[in-house]
Amino acid sequence: MARTDHETAAASTPRPPGRLYRAWDSDLAHAFRTSPVALVAGIVAVVIILAAALAPWIAPHDPFDPGSLVLMDGFTPPMTENEFTGNFYLLGTDDQGRDVFSAILYGARLSLFVGFSAVLFAMVLGVTLGLIAGYRGGWVDSLLMRIADVQLTFPSILIALLIFGVARGFIPPGYREAMAIWVLIVAIGLSDWVQYARVVRGATMVEKSKEYVQAARVIGAHPAKILARHILPNVMGPVLVIGTIGLALAIIAEATLSFLGVGVPPTQPSLGTLIRIGQGFLFSGEWWILLFPALALLALALSVNLLGDWLRDALNPRLR
Amino acid sequence: MLAYILRRLLQSVVVMMVVALVSFSLFRFVGDPVSTMLGQEATVADREALRERLGLNDPFVVQFADFVTRAVQGDFGISYRLQQPVTDLILSRLPATLELAAISGIFAFVLGLGLGVYTALKRRGWLSNAIMTASLIGVSLPTFLIGVLLIWIFAVELQWLPSFGRGEVVDLGWWRTGLLTPSGRASLVLPAVTLGLYQMTLIMRLVRAEMLEVLRADYIKFARARGLSDRAVNFGHALKNTLVPVITITGLQLGSIIAFAIITETVFQWPGVGALFINSVQFVDVPVMAAYLVLIALVFVVINLIVDLLYYVVDPRLRADRGAAGH
Repeated sequence: MARTDHETAAASTPRPPGRLYRAWDSDLAHAFRTSPVALVAGIVAVVIILAAALAPWIAPHDPFDPGSLVLMDGFTPPMTENEFTGNFYLLGTDDQGRDVFSAILYGARLSLFVGFSAVLFAMVLGVTLGLIAGYRGGWVDSLLMRIADVQLTFPSILIALLIFGVARGFIPPGYREAMAIWVLIVAIGLSDWVQYARVVRGATMVEKSKEYVQAARVIGAHPAKILARHILPNVMGPVLVIGTIGLALAIIAEATLSFLGVGVPPTQPSLGTLIRIGQGFLFSGEWWILLFPALALLALALSVNLLGDWLRDALNPRLR
Repeated sequence: MLAYILRRLLQSVVVMMVVALVSFSLFRFVGDPVSTMLGQEATVADREALRERLGLNDPFVVQFADFVTRAVQGDFGISYRLQQPVTDLILSRLPATLELAAISGIFAFVLGLGLGVYTALKRRGWLSNAIMTASLIGVSLPTFLIGVLLIWIFAVELQWLPSFGRGEVVDLGWWRTGLLTPSGRASLVLPAVTLGLYQMTLIMRLVRAEMLEVLRADYIKFARARGLSDRAVNFGHALKNTLVPVITITGLQLGSIIAFAIITETVFQWPGVGALFINSVQFVDVPVMAAYLVLIALVFVVINLIVDLLYYVVDPRLRADRGAAGH
């Protein structure tokens, strides 16, 4: 009802509504505004992502500048002043007086960077291969889909771990630390491309028999152009859903690998590394070094996951 | 049917060969095996002799065939880091991993089945709702975080259970078990729960969904109309018919349990194969990595093969479908 009202209003006024207004008025935006879960998850995710992106400007301390660390501040509990120096830390400090809050901001920054890059890598790879497999068919298709089948029988975290291990083996020892983040991104990306490829392949097979594709073919457009300009925009919906859920999975995968000590180098701790470090202080009673990074990881993964679930329901016309 | 089995077998063999190829390339191209084994002091003649003896001058295909032959016989060379035969290392740590996987598998299956049936039968109860909500949280928590939280609660705060190691073990020939001593059993609890929790929630949700579906079926209504007891209807008729998919999924999850054991073993410093693998990745101990790669692929391929073949044995409808569709 509300939608038709808007449309008639727009039709009666001479000035066409702006792009921003149209985005705000779209079905998707409406579904977002009316879903409390999506709103809360969206706000949490945006706050964490913004805080992580702006970490160098909003973090009260630089946790990785050894010169700024005050050893006397070590093990300050959260929300209290240090008994020797009187310094106040929102979420406490670790053994070396490093501010946990700042470490979380920088850690989330790295986790998100790895997560986004891995998803982007998996998406580009999966969508490209899916388009080719779906459009060409034949042996290319069966080869790619057999590989996908085999890969799907293994848990993706295991694949990422194995790829990481193998890649590490092939990199000369001097470059291992410097390359670790990129290897990690490729490993997580390669462990997750199958989802995209399968969905895009299926959608491409449906689209390619439609008239607009045949028309493009008749006027002699290059297959690459048909795929990129005509088919791709029509298969992107599900890809975005998988990408959002994939981001949550990639963040968890990165945290898991870093927790196991095979992910990012210890000099650049991500959320997983922080949890690994915090675990060591549990027995001596410094619970905050573990708890807050764990909560940050959980809030990030859960909110992105819920957003993905919501997006899937909102974009799926059968469920609406 | 026969063609299907053959195709599945062939696929499994191809997968194993690809994994073997990756693991062999790792062996062959990472570092120089000769300098790793001889060190700095060796003469050129020594190096050449070892090179010849190891067969490194042979063509790639011959070397690969050689690698596969030795791998089939269980020979993966010597660990760079620990200087012991890889096969011995893995065999000495396998019991720990298998015990952990078996106990958490049983935990996941029994509790998952029980809770699944309960939540399906008492669909509107508050306890069912609480269980379902808790399971949602359980699914979204990463495994390592569950382990760390369990350690915090049960080992640090309550001090009921140990947080690392296997406790006392008993030697039974080559199998060292922790199941026979009280400390061994206590040490097993937290890792087994950590490892099994995700699988348990999965099985529980599956059992619940299947049960709800079956309970709506006509033959259940008919069984009730015949005046059979609730017990006979729920367990004799309904549960029995939900078990086929549940058992297959559980079977497939067995591989995941072994894979996720890597994480659990690291959290609890459990001396199993997974922890060995993580160490080998950190130190780039190539022979151990290569052997683990082949081992885990073998486990997965065998489990998938068995589950696929079991489908056909257990469910005659699939045979009919496949036959009608395929030919």
